[in-house]
Amino acid sequence: MYAFEFERPTTVDDAVKALASEDAQALGGGQTLIPTLKQRLAAPETLVSLGGIAEMKGVCIGDSGEVCIGGATSHATVAAEAGQYPALAELAAHIGDPAVRNRGTIGGSLANNDPSACYPAAALGSNATIITNKRDIAADDYFQGMFTTALEEGEIITEVRFPVPEKANYQKFVQPASRFALVGVFVAKYSDGVRVAVTGASEEGVHRWSEAEEALSADFSADAISGLSVPADGLIGDLHGTPEYRAHLVKVMTGRAVTASA
Amino acid sequence: MTQVSMTVNGKAVSGEVEGRTLLSGFLRDSLNLTGTHVGCDTSQCGACVVHVDGVAVKACAMLAGEAEGAEVTTIEGMAKPDGSLSTIQQAFQDHHGLQCGFCTPGMVMSAAALLQDNPNPSETEIREYLEGNICRCTGYHNIVKAIMAAAGQDVSKIAAE
Repeated sequence: MYAFEFERPTTVDDAVKALASEDAQALGGGQTLIPTLKQRLAAPETLVSLGGIAEMKGVCIGDSGEVCIGGATSHATVAAEAGQYPALAELAAHIGDPAVRNRGTIGGSLANNDPSACYPAAALGSNATIITNKRDIAADDYFQGMFTTALEEGEIITEVRFPVPEKANYQKFVQPASRFALVGVFVAKYSDGVRVAVTGASEEGVHRWSEAEEALSADFSADAISGLSVPADGLIGDLHGTPEYRAHLVKVMTGRAVTASA
Repeated sequence: MTQVSMTVNGKAVSGEVEGRTLLSGFLRDSLNLTGTHVGCDTSQCGACVVHVDGVAVKACAMLAGEAEGAEVTTIEGMAKPDGSLSTIQQAFQDHHGLQCGFCTPGMVMSAAALLQDNPNPSETEIREYLEGNICRCTGYHNIVKAIMAAAGQDVSKIAAE
């Protein structure tokens, strides 16, 4: 790692101030950022830890029944405490490994927007609201391509609010070495329609599969998507799977998620 | 350089660290607690697992500054007060849960974290929990067996494979 200054503020206001300095970078749980720093792929002057901010930690239920999760809440805490939204808790319980889940945070995952990460699928599949120190951002507006989000310089995700669907499920086909999603599909059935969010597959990062959403909104069964096909254009191809393979997996995992939805 | 203070294996410790100093580096280089092994340094192998405020973390993927004020337990803190091996450590010895021993500190710390949350895990649950701990000797069978034994389960019927 290149040398950097380290700050650990205890309030959001102090973190915002610290991030205003030149080449400052926010640190969530560090489970992606620290390995990135070790590779010397990033060189911040100052690293501002969000881990000491108590007001950004924890899970609660909002006024409209939505599950509200502080931006610095670990995956393990979401897995243990977000039982009001079982599909979300289950997703959090299968990110990385136990030690990673004890450090990694929802805000860090969403800010990074890794194209193979799990949380972006849950946030987009639920049209969660990403709350920052400046504004509220709908998930539909938040994800803007691989490793790209609507966040501005120095903007911090303080909370994420998930409306709880009638039924939902997340199915992940793990890349066997990294255990990241080779393809992951989050399906959520709300009273006003079904949302299907796909991670791991596209060079544009997490995205919705609108044809499946239409079909499933009319008939919420795996059969409803049997006639659909996913074009391989723009999907990721690497040694773990071709674009055609990932396209096939998107459909298979969507079907499994619908069948498993509860 | 900044000052960090924490409790490691029940003792208050402090030291000067750089911003980029990892918890694994602080434990090994400043405190000479070299039982915490750094295997891959890419947070995949789990040899560096320690407990921070009661939960398992990879010490090579956490900055020392993040542990300010925390209660840290390393493999050196696992033995009983009289110096004899803890139940988990003894089970690893009894069931040949180690070969070269490099991954063992992380395996023991992960096992302890698992048994704290789930005192009577199934074989499947143990294998799932150890997903982030790699044994390059591929001695998983006896590691899992040792953890089952440490949980008080009868492992006499489990054949060595």
